[in-house]
Amino acid sequence: MAETRAIPDGMGYEKSDGRSLVTEVTGSEAIPAMNRRTAVKAVVGLGLASALTDCTPASQTPAGGIPGPSPAQGSRSEPEPEAALSVEEHEHPAEGDVLLFAFGTRKGEVVTTADVPLGGPQVFVYAGDADGAHSASTSRLDQIILVRLDPTSLTEETAVRSAEGIVAYSAVCTHEGCDVSDWSTESRRLICPCHDSEFDPTDNGQVTEGPARRRLAALPLKIVDGRLTVAGGFTGRVGFRSP
Amino acid sequence: MKLDRYSIAIRLILLAGLIAPRAGIAQQSPGSYRPVTDERLKAPEPENWLFYRGTYDGWGYSPLEQINSENVQFLAPVWAFSTGVNGGHEAVPIVNDGVMFVTTPGNQVIAIDARSGDLMWLYLHELAEDVIAYHYTNRGVALYGDKVFMATLDAKVVALDATTGEVVWDTSVADNTAGYYMTLAPLTARGKVMVGVSGGELGIRGFVVALDTETGEEVWRTHTVPAPGEPGNETWPGDSWRTGGAAVWLTGHYDPDLGLTYWGTGNPGPWMGDARPGDNLYTNSVIALDVETGELVGHHQYHWNGSWDWDEVSTPLLIDIERGGRTFPALVHPGRNGYLWLLERSPDAISFVDAWPYVRQDVFTSIDPVTGRPTYDEQKKPGIGFRAAFCPSLWGGKDWPPAAYNPGTELLYIPVNENLCGAILGREIEYEPGRSFTGAETQMTVRPGADHIGELQAWNINKGEEVWTREFESHNWGPLLTTAGNLVFMGGTTDRNFRAFDARTGDPLWEHRTNSGVIGVPSTYMIDGIQYIAVQSGWGVDAASMTGRINRDRGTETFVPEGGVIWVFALQR
Repeated sequence: MAETRAIPDGMGYEKSDGRSLVTEVTGSEAIPAMNRRTAVKAVVGLGLASALTDCTPASQTPAGGIPGPSPAQGSRSEPEPEAALSVEEHEHPAEGDVLLFAFGTRKGEVVTTADVPLGGPQVFVYAGDADGAHSASTSRLDQIILVRLDPTSLTEETAVRSAEGIVAYSAVCTHEGCDVSDWSTESRRLICPCHDSEFDPTDNGQVTEGPARRRLAALPLKIVDGRLTVAGGFTGRVGFRSP
Repeated sequence: MKLDRYSIAIRLILLAGLIAPRAGIAQQSPGSYRPVTDERLKAPEPENWLFYRGTYDGWGYSPLEQINSENVQFLAPVWAFSTGVNGGHEAVPIVNDGVMFVTTPGNQVIAIDARSGDLMWLYLHELAEDVIAYHYTNRGVALYGDKVFMATLDAKVVALDATTGEVVWDTSVADNTAGYYMTLAPLTARGKVMVGVSGGELGIRGFVVALDTETGEEVWRTHTVPAPGEPGNETWPGDSWRTGGAAVWLTGHYDPDLGLTYWGTGNPGPWMGDARPGDNLYTNSVIALDVETGELVGHHQYHWNGSWDWDEVSTPLLIDIERGGRTFPALVHPGRNGYLWLLERSPDAISFVDAWPYVRQDVFTSIDPVTGRPTYDEQKKPGIGFRAAFCPSLWGGKDWPPAAYNPGTELLYIPVNENLCGAILGREIEYEPGRSFTGAETQMTVRPGADHIGELQAWNINKGEEVWTREFESHNWGPLLTTAGNLVFMGGTTDRNFRAFDARTGDPLWEHRTNSGVIGVPSTYMIDGIQYIAVQSGWGVDAASMTGRINRDRGTETFVPEGGVIWVFALQR
């Protein structure tokens, strides 16, 4: 018979003598060593930023953008003028753009309001020129999701941006950048399959569950001459990895 | 539209001469790095942790015993190191003669003086901003010769110089835009670095590939879904094999005597079995591949026509088992499907021996005593347009966190999630390269009245007996380390604790509350007579998904902060 005893979360058991087990962290020489900028042959990009900002102000950080397939070969000693830490924004969809199917048998075709099913699931699209030509983008980071909901279920802020109950958001999960491709029919939430972050399409794309900390950027829509059309740029930042 | 490419090509080298090396590193100055040979990998020195599970048999066991069940209450941190990234930190700290190599999400490799915590070098692989990786993590490097190998999210293998972190070669093994990515620690043996691919949720066709450690050139590649003309292709209708999944996203184990590597494989794609009627070989199987040729010389499929997302990617542990007066070389696998599997390995086959449930499982109605093939309760098998509820949940009784075996206690330890069930509703799905190809809407629920979810189980495999079990209110994603000091180390709970247990009794002996949740694989090593325990803390990936699912089901608000830190502990002096 198996012996069984539960350990409650966050309580556990007390240390026998009640004292802290944290001792002074040794190896403090590492910090002055890090400050020797001359020792830093080549530095910094996305993930490393926070590791090094303690000793290397972002504005002075040499750019780590080394093109080519073997990026780390030949570390750089010359800083590049642009700070590697600045994130160039994606070109946003513009007012007057139409929306085009991102994939599937109708890839590149213009999306009409009738193409977006009431109650979900979401439809993946790109913004394209008003004449229907496909946008140049092939990046999934430029994808937009459309969901059609009962207009009375939308918050006032979201309703203003909607067109015939259709709302549009960036398709990029704000947590780690996966496509927000799942849909809960029951709760009417957009769900990222990677870590189950959940977003409310009726309320500005707010996070309702999961590790994402930031809402999905919303894209205002309007109907022009009976056609589903972009009414302006994203309200909010597109992309991921920042709260 | 213009895509910003983050500049990620990062390498930071603090030259040994400028860093004011401490004593430990001075002994290991560049040039004196001790190459990792087949002989060393076959019989690693107790003071080193040379690869993912410490030894080729995958035990996660160390013969070090300075830290033991008598003194572990005096274990305390000696240094820590922030990785600078968020997300799930699952990688094992690998140590060769005082040099520690750790990977993080985003394919960073950090080389550290394992005694002092001084940074030696740091490599950050360049990843496209729109890299496709549903599991944004990495489980560690592999060592061979004077090189360090990492498998990357954009499906490359990178070989770094162990003393400088400079790229020696860099080989792409698959197309990330088609959903192939890699998270596993490679396996090295016989001059080859072997990796498998993730992407079972994206319609890939899985494989294991071996590259030459010196040149990065491909030596062999074996697909885990057979093509027409190959044995097993008849278990796939039409062209379904092309997107059949069978990802290989955990490190294989190796039997040097047989010359065979063993690998676990994942789900078929798409997830619903009725989208691809048949057994779907070699999904949800263990396969034996000849280390020299890649030839598939044996397999055992745990469950056919998978429809529950129960990836059987964990590689079985290689243990000699005594049963009915006979001792034989076994493969021991705590399955994601909730059964504990005993198989026999031989030069040309893998044979079923026994299997039994170690968590509540309501899908299998029987197991064929000869072949091990399960029969299913069809009401518990989801399909297209058919929602089925089942236990355990899609994350299974045990997901990826590795089990461990201690030859001293002769016990197998399993990190378990019990009392979770799920439901899946399948739908038709068209394949689009790089797009989700599950065709499934999933749910997870906690069994009503459940008083715990996480467990640490200890089994006597010879007798098939559960010897002890510890329970945790939280779910458990803690990889295991066990030592000759009569200890089992495990984190894995949402309270951020890293714990030590008495290996014989399961008594909790020590805990330390870290920065985040501990889902990293722990390791241990010794330098100048001092034993250290190392582990990364950094909650994320599916452990975080499960937190959200439980919150949703129970109305709780459990929050585990993100952020990665390498922790190293030793006895207080």
